[in-house]
Amino acid sequence: MKRFLAVAILPFLTMLTACNAVVMSPSGDVAAQQRDLIVISTILMLIIIVPVMMLTVFFAWRYRQSNTEARYEPDWDHSTQLELIIWAAPLLIIICLGALTWMGTHLLDPYRPLDRIAPGKLVDKQIKPLQVEVVALDWKWLFIYPEYGVATVNELAAPVDRPIDFRLTSSAVMNSFYIPALAGQIYTMPGMQTKLSAVINHPGTFEGFSANYSGAGFSGMKFAFLGLSDADFDKWMTDVKSQGDKLDRNAYLELERPSENEPARRYGSVETQLFTAVLNRCVELGKMCMDEMSSIDAKGGLGLAGINNVHPLEYDKYTRRGAIFAPPATYVARICTTEEEERMRASGQPLLSPRDTSPILGAGLPRPSAPLFGVQRRPSNS
Amino acid sequence: MFDNPDLLKAVFGRLTLESFPYHEPILVGTFAMVALGGLALVGILTYYRLWGYLWREWFTSIDHKRIGIMYMILGIVMLLRGFSDAIMMRLQQAIAFGGSEGYLPAHHYDQVFTAHGVIMIFFVAMPLVTGLMNFVVPLQIGARDVSFPFLNNFSFWMTTAGAILVMMSLFVGEFAKTGWLAYPPLSNIGYSPDVGVDYYIWALQIAGIGTLLSGVNLVATIVKMRAPGMTMMKLPVFTWTALCTNVLIVAAFPVLTAVLALLSLDRYVGTNFFTNDFGGNPMMYVNLIWIWGHPEVYILILPAFGIFSEVTSTFSGKRLFGYTSMVYATVVITILAYLVWLHHFFTMGSGASVNSFFGITTMIISIPTGAKIFNWLFTMYRGRIRFELPMMWTIAFMLTFVIGGMTGVLLAVPPADFVLHNSLFLVAHFHNVIIGGVLFGLFAGISYWFPKAFGFKLDPFWGKMSFWFWVIGFYFAFMPLYVLGLMGVTRRLRVFNDPSLQIWFVIAAFGAVLIAIGILSFLIQIYVSIRNRDKLADLTGDPWDGRTLEWSTSSPPPAYNFAFTPVVHDLDAWHDMKRRGYIRPVDGFKPIHMPSNTGTGIILAVLSIIFGFAMIWYIWWLAAFSFVALLAVTIGHTFNYKRDFHIPAEEVVRTEGERTALLAGAAQ
Amino acid sequence: MSSPASAVHENGTVPTFYVVDEHDHAEGGSTMFGFWIYLMSDCLIFAVLFATYGVLGGNYAAGPSPKDLFDLPLVAVNTSMLLFSSITYGFAMLTMDKGRIGATQAWLGLTGLFGLAFLGIELYEFAHMIHEGATPQRSAFLSSFFTLVGTHGLHVTVGLTWLVTLMVQVKRYGLIQANKRRLMCLSMFWHFLDVIWIGVFTFVYLMGMLR
Repeated sequence: MKRFLAVAILPFLTMLTACNAVVMSPSGDVAAQQRDLIVISTILMLIIIVPVMMLTVFFAWRYRQSNTEARYEPDWDHSTQLELIIWAAPLLIIICLGALTWMGTHLLDPYRPLDRIAPGKLVDKQIKPLQVEVVALDWKWLFIYPEYGVATVNELAAPVDRPIDFRLTSSAVMNSFYIPALAGQIYTMPGMQTKLSAVINHPGTFEGFSANYSGAGFSGMKFAFLGLSDADFDKWMTDVKSQGDKLDRNAYLELERPSENEPARRYGSVETQLFTAVLNRCVELGKMCMDEMSSIDAKGGLGLAGINNVHPLEYDKYTRRGAIFAPPATYVARICTTEEEERMRASGQPLLSPRDTSPILGAGLPRPSAPLFGVQRRPSNS
Repeated sequence: MFDNPDLLKAVFGRLTLESFPYHEPILVGTFAMVALGGLALVGILTYYRLWGYLWREWFTSIDHKRIGIMYMILGIVMLLRGFSDAIMMRLQQAIAFGGSEGYLPAHHYDQVFTAHGVIMIFFVAMPLVTGLMNFVVPLQIGARDVSFPFLNNFSFWMTTAGAILVMMSLFVGEFAKTGWLAYPPLSNIGYSPDVGVDYYIWALQIAGIGTLLSGVNLVATIVKMRAPGMTMMKLPVFTWTALCTNVLIVAAFPVLTAVLALLSLDRYVGTNFFTNDFGGNPMMYVNLIWIWGHPEVYILILPAFGIFSEVTSTFSGKRLFGYTSMVYATVVITILAYLVWLHHFFTMGSGASVNSFFGITTMIISIPTGAKIFNWLFTMYRGRIRFELPMMWTIAFMLTFVIGGMTGVLLAVPPADFVLHNSLFLVAHFHNVIIGGVLFGLFAGISYWFPKAFGFKLDPFWGKMSFWFWVIGFYFAFMPLYVLGLMGVTRRLRVFNDPSLQIWFVIAAFGAVLIAIGILSFLIQIYVSIRNRDKLADLTGDPWDGRTLEWSTSSPPPAYNFAFTPVVHDLDAWHDMKRRGYIRPVDGFKPIHMPSNTGTGIILAVLSIIFGFAMIWYIWWLAAFSFVALLAVTIGHTFNYKRDFHIPAEEVVRTEGERTALLAGAAQ
Repeated sequence: MSSPASAVHENGTVPTFYVVDEHDHAEGGSTMFGFWIYLMSDCLIFAVLFATYGVLGGNYAAGPSPKDLFDLPLVAVNTSMLLFSSITYGFAMLTMDKGRIGATQAWLGLTGLFGLAFLGIELYEFAHMIHEGATPQRSAFLSSFFTLVGTHGLHVTVGLTWLVTLMVQVKRYGLIQANKRRLMCLSMFWHFLDVIWIGVFTFVYLMGMLR
């Protein structure tokens, strides 16, 4: 038994060090800390796993039937000390591991802004993080650089040692944004926004991809992540800016259609607020944005009049979206114009003037002085 | 008439000639083989006039032992299907390098991995586990049958009906292309407009009814039908784990039923539970399905733990070490199973505190699990270990499972999960615990209880062949996936660019071939054992020097299990009886009250298949018809008040007399 | 169940290891317990639907909210129908215990009528909402509302079918042990639906109006 285990496992372990295990030797500080946590946890667990495996083999050998030398106590089935040890030993390991987990999870929370870019190197507060807006499309990746007003498809670049703030969403189905060399993954989900903070420490070209199956073109949903020196990044950005193509709403709607194995593509300019529109699922003009919708809903909806505020859906990615027992698919029409909406978003105003939010009385019920059931409604992850 | 599209649609729904994949050579070949095999089987059954026998003695049987055996057969047949999916995937991933697209297009490959997961969990692991529980539990608690014998038969046929629907999807239409948990929005009508997800939904709903009812049944059996004297703390460990598993089934499967119902409402009626627009929330599906999905893992592993406990104690010739802590560990795992579901999606952006909470609760599960491993270890300590096949599986389990447990705890550390989630590391981990834990346990259980079920042992040579090929094959197939996961390779990919990965996939494919030989050896083992059944026969009913009540009766047990209901004084009741000079009663037999067979279960299941098929293909007239028929048969069944009979005392005398003779023969 | 013939003997004497004077197991000895477990699993289905409503109940998709749609007096009448039906079912069980077939049947019939009234009012409410355009497809709130309330209604329908079946069986076979057991099961089912409805009424209707 022991022999075959050794035969089975050892070569893998030795070969692992020889092969290119990117998770074990990443180029970004976040991924490196995650790697450290893997190593520490593994060692911590091996403290108990290795003795157990050795004891298993030893006991199996020692107390084999043919070994009549060994003691045989058929009725021995309890020992308080032993029981204490076998519960306490794993417990102690888990206490250590739990403490490590609690700290590690909070320190490496993808939503938390970075406070160091490498061991011992704190983030320079002067340097603004690079903002990247990521949209997972069927089946390619769109990256928008709001500071630079450009966008790329299936190609992502970032300067070395500068923190990156990703804001991510998806156009249709769930994907997971993952560059193993840079940092752990985070899901991209339609109508919801996730965040990821990361930094790349070494220049180079790394692989990024979707780590959550999303349909037929999933295998080809890869992109190149370029870690560039500051000078190279500026050069790259100039290159991108010199591209004539503009990514406006119509170009986006065209891009959004399902396609597989897309080559890298660059857009020299991009419509402002495109990401917000994608996130709120209102790139199509005339469709109500989700933030507008939830602010209306928070105020009690649009009443019976709102029922008919829907338009038939003309285009969809697939032939038919409607269910068999449902009227043809529709979408909710927007109430304000795009310009009004963007102006309001920019000024931080609420999207709609508040309606009377006082609880409407049930027939004949007195109005409660305080909300009886204080159900707080949290917006979903957006 | 046939050129009227509306009429065709009314009659056949969305079923057209195009729905049959006659243009896909792989499927046509498979179909030809299945059809030939099926024809041969039907021919043999007809030639030997076995139909009547099968119908009377098996299909309509409400005997928990026969139902248990039928569950096992279902599980083994479906294992072959699930495994062919596995080997197709391994082959595709081993060759799809350097610009090669492999041999499976996305349309086919995506169905293969979905079907593999669904079949292995729902139609291999579940039937095998349920089958063993069904067979063993009533015997272990000294009962004559389960609480609701008809329900038991019905449950089995509903599970089979689900399996048949999945198999139909191979040749009529297609299966889901969504991954085995069918996350929306991908599984919603907009992105999966075809019949695949509908097959998925209806197969799982129909099988789920079976699973749920069998769970209710076994809980009631264990709580209500124990032999006198068998208090809860004298319950054999396998029965304890079965109790916890069935409690988990009763508490988890309704969630699956509800969430699949919501998904089907989205797909059929156009509601907005998991849609992107109109206020739907796809993440709710992910939460709900894992509230079922995580307990499901423990539903599978707990009975395996029970099997290992029985086997270790029996083959070490020793009482189980730390019975009480074993029981408490099982109960703690049962409860904690509900507090960990979020660890399946740490990467969906929950806050750090939520993630740490679920990460730490997950780790806490490893404490009772670790205690269990130690208990087995100290059961072996100062024992006299006989390395029969069940014990070999147990040792292999202990060595393999701890690796899977370790990687599992590793994945429970959220920051580690961020880099390993959905990677092949994860795939390696859960195969490590499901094969190394559940499957090894099932094989241990099969070789342990086979002589009880059939009266002869399994052939040891082919058993050992199967064992070594399975175990070594497992390491070859899944250790490379750990490595690939650390190389940042994610799951469900169909083609690869990086040539340095290929060698690992080739090794994994080689491992899959070894496992294939292991499965083949297992089938040969069964064949050889049946052929040599006289040589392998066990006349005593107690071939392993067993410790629990099932070994006190004959092998195979009579329909009534025990001529007299046993009275229990100690844990390891049968061991206690043997030690204190129990003398088998040979007279004073009385008529025994037993439930009678019924064909209602199989009829309901057939109608359910028709109903499911009609719903999948939008054939509304057929759906309505089969639904009404289902209702009518159900109500009709309740008008049957004569559901039991007495086995006459003379028959008991005759059966027990035969056993007396056998025992006398064996003693010489 | 008969009793074991003897107790444990510690010093040498062989205790009895089997029941000698065994009687038939009372048929259906575990039925009530088994049915109760089934009800708990059914309760979990409702728990999921309540949770779903809790998550989605405020997502009106810029459409109507509970205040625009619910008619509390109607729902109050509806609730009283169901509560009355529970009371009448209770009377049916009391008369069943006394073995009075006719009275039992009458009370059961009354229960069925209340149940029908409940269903009728619910269907009227649904039809009215759909007629106004507040269909299950209009918003996640409406989807979860129709599903939660509709699932309860479906259960009541099943209960009514069962009730009619049992009335026929009681008429044909009398108040035999099996029928009494079945009536007990239906009784648990019926009261269970009542409890669920109280949850629906509070959580969906009352809190919906107050939100």
